[in-house]
Amino acid sequence: MHQEGLSAKNLRVFYGEKEAIKGVSLDFAPREVTALIGPSGCGKSTFLRSLNRMNDTIDGVRTTGEIWMDGENINDPGVDVVLLRQKIGMVWQRPNPFHKSIYENIAFGPRYHGVRNKKELDAIVEDCLRKAALWDETKDRLHQSALALSGGQQQRLCIARSIAVKPKVILMDEPASALDPVSTAKVEELISELKQEYSIVIVTHNMHQAARVSDKTAFFYMGKVVEYDVTDKIFTNPSEKATDDYISGRFG
Amino acid sequence: MNAKTADRIATATIIGVASLIVLILAGLLGFILFRGVSHISFDFLTSVPQTIKAGGGIGPQLFNSLFLLLLTLIITIPLGLGAGIYMSEYAKPGRLTDSIRLVVEVLSSFPSIVVGLFGLLVIVNLFGFGFSLFSGALALTVFNLPLMVRITEQSLKGVPREQKEASLALGLSRWKTITSVMLPIATPTIVTGTILAAGRVFGEAAALLFTAGMSSPRLDFSNWNPLSPTSPLNPFRPAETLAVHIWKINSEGLAPDAAEIAAGASAVLVITVLLFNFSARWFGRYLHRRFTATK
Ligand SMILES: Nc1ncnc2c1ncn2[C@@H]1O[C@H](COP(=O)(O)OP(=O)(O)OP(=O)(O)O)[C@@H](O)[C@H]1O
Ligand SMILES: [Mg+2]
Repeated sequence: MHQEGLSAKNLRVFYGEKEAIKGVSLDFAPREVTALIGPSGCGKSTFLRSLNRMNDTIDGVRTTGEIWMDGENINDPGVDVVLLRQKIGMVWQRPNPFHKSIYENIAFGPRYHGVRNKKELDAIVEDCLRKAALWDETKDRLHQSALALSGGQQQRLCIARSIAVKPKVILMDEPASALDPVSTAKVEELISELKQEYSIVIVTHNMHQAARVSDKTAFFYMGKVVEYDVTDKIFTNPSEKATDDYISGRFG
Repeated sequence: MNAKTADRIATATIIGVASLIVLILAGLLGFILFRGVSHISFDFLTSVPQTIKAGGGIGPQLFNSLFLLLLTLIITIPLGLGAGIYMSEYAKPGRLTDSIRLVVEVLSSFPSIVVGLFGLLVIVNLFGFGFSLFSGALALTVFNLPLMVRITEQSLKGVPREQKEASLALGLSRWKTITSVMLPIATPTIVTGTILAAGRVFGEAAALLFTAGMSSPRLDFSNWNPLSPTSPLNPFRPAETLAVHIWKINSEGLAPDAAEIAAGASAVLVITVLLFNFSARWFGRYLHRRFTATK
């Protein structure tokens, strides 16, 4: 187990009676990008959402097993989920900026967590937008609605929003699958930038994307991890036949 | 018969039925307005009714209706919002929640005369509030509160799940997520629903006959002390509303122009409810633009 970083041990997730994640153990190191790949319905999103206990918000979901972060099992019922979620950011498939101004989208989280000083907030907003390579496009319209941005810009805004509360890990569920190729390239570039500071777990259906952005790759199949290894190894010389079949598009 | 003909016949039938409904509604509205509008004047809207002479107005009744509505909303909006938020965001699905929902549904479709009688027995007599605006407001709460709960619950349920999750994922509490992210998105719908529900309350008569009463004391519109018995603002005085007034002069009016007064008052009632409807839509759209900050 990593001292720092995030690791899941024997994680199981049930939707009612149905077991969607069947005992998964994975370690995510700091400053590394891990890609989760696998056919539709194999449980990638379910697994990702259990890492920040977002599945708690769905009725009838039960999660067993351990998730370790900073020496604490965050799947323990006694853990304060509200505080926990600040440490683990999340980005969704469809961009979901708040129905607020660009500025507010970023400032909203930090302000809630205690940053009240206007100058400090301004600095956070600028810093996050710069990190998300969005500053030049938005600096003249910070107080306009975030909904007026393009889809790609909205998604980068959502990434900027998530880093504004200083998480350690960022979970991304197919963050580029609703975007055009140029925006996709920008988001991928951004991921490579962000990995200097954060550990990133990204779900993707795009094999090239996984190969481009990730350091490690986990192949999920029917609620289990079939293979977890360095990305180069997975894509050039996988140990499991199922992985090979999936990567080369022989089943989907 | 091929698909195209079937489609044409179905379309024609639907258009036919829809036009019939529109025609009936337009006829009804036209009839009420045609009979009543000529009688509406500033004097009619502001002067007091006359018992045996012609030329009475509906001033106090109009005021009573609006004031009663205001009192009702003061009771139902906070309770309805609270209960709606609870039902949508906190209640665990299960038998208890389902039965609360059922009670709410049943309550909102209770026959109004039954609610009126219940009000007479419990609020007016047992609790001793007498025939008063307050008793009337409580009776109207029986219809209005369930609507408010449902409006709030459904508009919160209508907020995209990702909006809520985005806020939770930033480490915000559930309550902060509701008040800062979800309610702003839901507010236009809640406001529209509230105004529409207010229209129903505004026209209610049967539930008020035995609760708010069928008469008003002589009101002194220069006396704004809510504790004084002749003050229009006193919530514990009896108050005849517009709808009750229409019912009363139609059944026992002695003034020679009773029919015209009833027609005029009906037109005022209908116009006010229409105003509610249009303003609800306009205001809802306005708020939506404000809150989502789209141009
Ligand atoms: N809210 C839910 N209620 C019940 N079952 C669910 C729910 N969400 C997902 N599932 C089931 O859990 C399994 C895993 O779903 P999940 O969404 O995690 O798959 P995924 O790998 O993310 O798929 P995709 O690539 O299509 O996004 C599926 O069989 C799905 O039907
Ligand atoms: Mg998914």
